[in-house]
Amino acid sequence: MTQSDRIVSTTCPFCGVGCNLELHIKEDFIYRVTSPFDGVVNQGNLCIKGRFGYDFVYNKRRITTPMIRKTRQQPGERTQAFDLSEWQPVSWEEAMEYTVDRLVEIYQRDGSHAMAVYCCAKATNEDNYLLQKLFRSEFRSNNIDHCARLCHAASVVALQMAIGSSAMSNTASEVVDSDVFIVTGSNTTESHPIISLQMKAAIKKHGAKLIVIDPRRIEMVDYAALWLPEKPGTDVVVYSAMAHVILKEKLYNQKFIDERTENFEEFAKSMEKFTPEYAESISGVDRNLIVQAARMYATAKTAAIYWALGVSEHINGTANALSLINLTLLTGHIGRRGTGLNPLRGQNNVQGASDCGAMPWHYPGYMSVADEENAQKWEQAWNIEPGGLSRQLGLSTTEILGAVGPGGVRALYIMGENPMMSEPNLNHARQKMEQLEFIAAQDLFINESTSFADVFLPATSWAEKEGTFTNTDRRVQRVRQAIPPVGQARADWQIICDLAKRIEKRLGRPNSAFWDYKHPSEILEEMGSVVKDYAGVKYNRIEEVGLQTPVWDDQHPGTPFLFSESFPHGLGKFHPLTYHLSAEMPDAEYPLILTTGRVLEHWHGGTLTRNSWMDDLYPEALMEINPVDAASLGLNDRDPARVSSRRGTIVLRVHVTPKVNPGVVFIPFFYGPAAANLLTNDALDPQAKIPEYKVSAVRVTPARYEELPQPEVAQRRGRY
Amino acid sequence: MTDKITLTIDEQTVAVAPGTTILKAAGQIGIEIPTICFHDYCTSYGVCRICVVEVEGSRTLVPACIGKASEGMKVHTRTKRVETSRRTILEMLASSVDLSEAPGIQEYMTDYQANTQRFPEARERKPSVLDDNSLFIRDYAKCILCWRCVQVCADDAQYAYAINFSKRGYETQIGTFFEKSLPATTCVFCGQCIGVCPTNALKPKREYLLQNGLSEDEIMKLTRSQRKRRTRRQISSAEQSEEE
Repeated sequence: MTQSDRIVSTTCPFCGVGCNLELHIKEDFIYRVTSPFDGVVNQGNLCIKGRFGYDFVYNKRRITTPMIRKTRQQPGERTQAFDLSEWQPVSWEEAMEYTVDRLVEIYQRDGSHAMAVYCCAKATNEDNYLLQKLFRSEFRSNNIDHCARLCHAASVVALQMAIGSSAMSNTASEVVDSDVFIVTGSNTTESHPIISLQMKAAIKKHGAKLIVIDPRRIEMVDYAALWLPEKPGTDVVVYSAMAHVILKEKLYNQKFIDERTENFEEFAKSMEKFTPEYAESISGVDRNLIVQAARMYATAKTAAIYWALGVSEHINGTANALSLINLTLLTGHIGRRGTGLNPLRGQNNVQGASDCGAMPWHYPGYMSVADEENAQKWEQAWNIEPGGLSRQLGLSTTEILGAVGPGGVRALYIMGENPMMSEPNLNHARQKMEQLEFIAAQDLFINESTSFADVFLPATSWAEKEGTFTNTDRRVQRVRQAIPPVGQARADWQIICDLAKRIEKRLGRPNSAFWDYKHPSEILEEMGSVVKDYAGVKYNRIEEVGLQTPVWDDQHPGTPFLFSESFPHGLGKFHPLTYHLSAEMPDAEYPLILTTGRVLEHWHGGTLTRNSWMDDLYPEALMEINPVDAASLGLNDRDPARVSSRRGTIVLRVHVTPKVNPGVVFIPFFYGPAAANLLTNDALDPQAKIPEYKVSAVRVTPARYEELPQPEVAQRRGRY
Repeated sequence: MTDKITLTIDEQTVAVAPGTTILKAAGQIGIEIPTICFHDYCTSYGVCRICVVEVEGSRTLVPACIGKASEGMKVHTRTKRVETSRRTILEMLASSVDLSEAPGIQEYMTDYQANTQRFPEARERKPSVLDDNSLFIRDYAKCILCWRCVQVCADDAQYAYAINFSKRGYETQIGTFFEKSLPATTCVFCGQCIGVCPTNALKPKREYLLQNGLSEDEIMKLTRSQRKRRTRRQISSAEQSEEE
């Protein structure tokens, strides 16, 4: 029997659920992960990633020495270097000085607008706070974003517009208190496995009824009372038709509308055209299902809505989210236990990275950069001369790459993100990456993006550093160092502080913004001194159990659910809506709709999970296609197929399954050798700037086995 | 209902809410009853019977994990009859199952002075290790059939229904339907089963390899096909050569 040297409590580094983990360690080798059964978030349950997925820490491909590219890269001719022979291992001193030389040279020559940074929804709050502080205080740039832009930007914008907040209103485990809940645009069993267990228990043990609104017959449909199989991109129509029914049948909550909302009349008028018949003609959902769903949601005592990226990743993303918010305001299903508007956040710390200001339009705490008072507060906090900070809105993730070129963005600093997997229309993204003058990468692995870099700064994994993550239900939890840094890797916050001090000195800034932190707890306290939601989040208060923001002061107990009395805006605002077609609709040349998403075994761009033994269970992406479409194309299950859009082509195996409806195909986007995002459309939602990942037109044709990136046949899984 | 039920356990009086089990009632006054198959976060079925107690007026011993407290009940948790019963259960377990990685049960053995050699004729259960994926192994020679893994795979947590009892009587074993390999079942590799296994019959693969003498470096250098298949042969051949 293996005896552990120690067991370290920490927080899972994968999805936004934020499960509590116990790492069992012998001689600095994590050999087992358990979870305390009395843990508040996951009650002892884990998924494959939390239980087994940590071995990327020890992967032999991991980079643990600073490296500089041997051949100096020129804009326009930049190449990817996957092979270590193209890199020169160097000392930290040399790597840091080189990075400072290049960044400062570009900044002094071209100015703030040439500088850009991708923060990281996987890194800690402290790491993200510091990196945005570095770019704001030293380079005076707001070109700061992270992948939240690519997932829930539309939800955040819509929630801000309607109620003035941008997080889950309730705690995920409150689902057991719901009578009815809607899951839409979320494949919860694969993307938020532990929340799906709580949902299943709510249905099986507490009598809750589930309405699934999703183009795919996802696993949660097995537990649903109703499934509304909409065509991708028609959310506004379906949810608005539900509102139409609720209005027509007077199932709304008049008291709530009178006391807590505004703009009802104008909204109600805009809903007139969304009859169930009209909705059926657009979305393909049976009108009776829409009526039933509307009645079920409206007449429940407590009802909640859970959604994920199927709602937000559209050019209509903001309208989609607003149509859900409208439903909630109409029925008053918010501000109580078991109700609410619950966008499920995808990454371990996407909520936290957003809270910490890793965004182009906001300082930490969602304080607009264009607001003079906010800028002054941060100038004071960071010892910056009055007027020093930029008041201009920065560029968002996709805009940063779009702006690359002479006179635009010249230098890109990437912490932990993999835009060359996660951006839409990757061929276009690649051209832009090639044109950058300088790229610094702070990561664990050489992946599709870091391979483009000039310098590689090896960071520690989550198991090798201290910090905090904020999970999807706003709970700030501790991340603890369990093992010493592997090789020469350094904690992200330490790399950033070291770099910042050198940059500050080189630029000759008269005052230091302060970078001499002894421990990450001091970083969070600095942020809490300005950001009132975090004012009471102190390390000594979250040693055992995390606190849910907002936490106003040292005595405040945290906030399990929001808006019981009022919204941050005061009144919740109804928004009239109209429906617009997706940017690219199927036609004769590209007759199928491609939609993308995740699978249980992999996580986002796959930098971590493709470097884990979990990969053995799902080593290649499969494209789901309906038997009707497969038959007409002459494709059998596991046959190779070529998938083309107006932007790119990939070859991969098909999984013939009725899980997708005729006319729709689905590809998970984790898989580098056949990246789904080569196909996706980079059309943006005008308000949230989120790309339309969920709808692009494609053509499928049979391919040859030798064209497959991995021709050897993978083990068949019972569940796929 | 707010009315409390009063009962006595080992001559001590305790008041509990209706529906409370004898096990929990005893716990309230600090009386510890041994348990093996019981788990606070699983549904109790009284499978292992180690928690039996004597209840006055009851013909048979009562499993405390599922037996409900009732008004006026008189419970004795450590009578001779109870001790004999518990000891026999432990001795029978020891005769057929590998309990080397179940420290809790070993403590009970000492506590109840169980004679592990009491049934020398008993046939040991020695199925070979099931090593059919890269993430965890199933060593049912260590399995005492407590049922917790089946419960968490089903309605107690995961709703995956990948495993259940197979075969009957002495041959009973936890298995997959049609003895399929785990990847071929509905298994989602959540490892909830590992989390509740009391005897380490279920074990993460890397822990298993570590125990089999591989170093961290050797483990992390294994190729995909080695960690999926070949390691099993390597390990079993290593075991064979040890025996020789």
